[in-house]
Amino acid sequence: MEVKFQEATVNLATGGVKVDTAQPPVLLVHGAGMDRTVWSQQTRYLAHHGFAPMALDLPGHGKSGGELLSTISEMADWVADLIHELDTGPVRLVGHSMGSLISLEVAARHPDVAERLILMGAAAAMPVHPELLGAAERNEILAPQLMTAWAHGTRAHVAGNPTPGLWMRSGCQALLERAADGVIYNDLAACNSYEAGDIAGRIACPITVVVGSEDKMTPPKATAQLVAGFQEVDLRHLEGVGHMMMIEAPDQIREIMLSALQ
Amino acid sequence: MVEPDYLKFDTLSLHAGQEPDPTTGSRGVPIYQTTSYSFVDTEQAAGLFNLEQPGHIYSRISNPTVAVLEERLAALEGGVGAVCTASGMAAFHLACATIMSAGNHVVASRNIYGGSHNMLNLTMPRFGITTTFVDPRDHDAWRSAITPDTRVLFAETLGNPGIEVLNVPVVAEIAHEHGLPLMLDATFTTPYLMKPIELGADIVMHSVTKFLGGHGIALGGVVIDGGRFDWAASDKFPTLSQPYDGYHGISFVEEYGHQALSMRARAEGLRDFGAAMSPANAFHLLQGVETLPLRMKRHVENTTTVIDFLEANDAVSWVSHPSVSSHPDHELAKELLPKGAGAILSFGIIGGREAGRRFIENVQLASHVANVGDAKTLVIHPASTTHQQLSAEDLAAAGVGEDLIRLSVGLEDPEDIIADLARALRASQKG
Repeated sequence: MEVKFQEATVNLATGGVKVDTAQPPVLLVHGAGMDRTVWSQQTRYLAHHGFAPMALDLPGHGKSGGELLSTISEMADWVADLIHELDTGPVRLVGHSMGSLISLEVAARHPDVAERLILMGAAAAMPVHPELLGAAERNEILAPQLMTAWAHGTRAHVAGNPTPGLWMRSGCQALLERAADGVIYNDLAACNSYEAGDIAGRIACPITVVVGSEDKMTPPKATAQLVAGFQEVDLRHLEGVGHMMMIEAPDQIREIMLSALQ
Repeated sequence: MVEPDYLKFDTLSLHAGQEPDPTTGSRGVPIYQTTSYSFVDTEQAAGLFNLEQPGHIYSRISNPTVAVLEERLAALEGGVGAVCTASGMAAFHLACATIMSAGNHVVASRNIYGGSHNMLNLTMPRFGITTTFVDPRDHDAWRSAITPDTRVLFAETLGNPGIEVLNVPVVAEIAHEHGLPLMLDATFTTPYLMKPIELGADIVMHSVTKFLGGHGIALGGVVIDGGRFDWAASDKFPTLSQPYDGYHGISFVEEYGHQALSMRARAEGLRDFGAAMSPANAFHLLQGVETLPLRMKRHVENTTTVIDFLEANDAVSWVSHPSVSSHPDHELAKELLPKGAGAILSFGIIGGREAGRRFIENVQLASHVANVGDAKTLVIHPASTTHQQLSAEDLAAAGVGEDLIRLSVGLEDPEDIIADLARALRASQKG
């Protein structure tokens, strides 16, 4: 669905059904350079299992208009304002990678709009390899290639897509290639400069964190540093899975989401 | 400098799309010779039918053995997904039917396989889809043939039978300037010699029967989705960008974005048209794909040797192959096909139609068949076989003269291929 917000069009995938306002709203936030379709294995399922999923395209991403936002804080404020605009009440917020940082900041800065967090590929800091940042700044295809190479576990580089006929590696690279010039760099720079500080002390809502054992972008060690600050976290491990866990292990992620969102 | 640690082409040819079978540990790809798949429960069944979760329902729509081949071919081409079909022609039809409807229009190269020409020229008009054929080298003709109803530009990476090299980047740019996708039949090149998606193509199709299989024992086709074309940038592609009642109002672009074509082609096209690849054929074709890099290298080497022989033979009036310096696309081939311009060539035989007939009847090692891309050397006289449905005018436009012999160079010892051709050429001149 498309909504007009702050003089721009915002696009949200709802699983192919009209949003049911009687169901608990779930807002899904994508990672750097990506869009709503990273949740394609989850949104339609959630829509038919008692939730009202809305996988958004951040400003300047996917089918959303608007100007790019250059810091995680700005993105978080924009998401919070959007939730108010949608008038859904507090949402269950699901974030991946950069989307997990945005979700953390939404919960910290705007506790009234987030009643639960599910984070995937999350860390307290996301330093970006300088050569990746440089390639992204120059809009070189090397940036999508490096992100794709590092974002998948060993298995995903060979096979294993449960959707017949889809090839994960090119799927990720093509998605990133479709981003307009400047989008990947904007997002990576935002991640690179983000400092969580005492984020755990600023978040009160329940939190679930999913970590892939082969995640090279936000390695388990980095996720552990984030999790260590929280007194209570629902931590889920996925063996043999990389950073793109929603696509690499869609069945497991659906199960985790369904149980954590209840 | 840091580089992506992607698995390389030769490795993907052997491994992409397959893990050892989780139940039996089978290292080879098992043949899942089954029509249907048991559901866990009614909820899972409903989820599969409603595209809420992935999995197999019925082998007309997907099959685990076929899925390995699909994933492997998508990997080799650099596509986001692939849908295998019963034949190359079924793949061509599936791609057309997925993105077009009655009232739409195609701009196509006139130098394409006779079967593809027939489908566009004779069959599709019955369903309201028309085609304008153009000289693939005439870029202005591509531009000027585009109308408001045009939905796709179509050509072969190497034309048939003149082996014209398509300037893929230029024709892709023309297509994209008009908000249209470029669809290419890359059967003659295979992803070993050219990766059209990297050059700008949006949809790639193959007759997998040919070089990809290589053995000439199984039919198959594939549509590969490049994933880079924006189907929602205009209102030209409602089958992908608008809600579809066939799955309760789903919009494939909205839900699957860059994989919309793959998803719709399977969910609608295989479901409704049913031109599915059999699991046994997928298994056979996978055996071929495993050795694709090795075979294509040898095909190209043998072709070079055969061309040298033909050019020096008194019974041959001309040889057409992009590796020959006199070929109009020689320089373009060096740029777009650095590993070689394939193993299919045509040559003119002195003495015309009758000499051609005597040549065909006197080859012994080479096989006279309506096929190309086999491990074995194949010959044919297109004017009387593959292109025989074409009118004299269309034949001339397609560059098919009565003296033309098409040769698909195989993997035999090149000395044996040449000995066979030399014997048949001598016989052809004894009229």
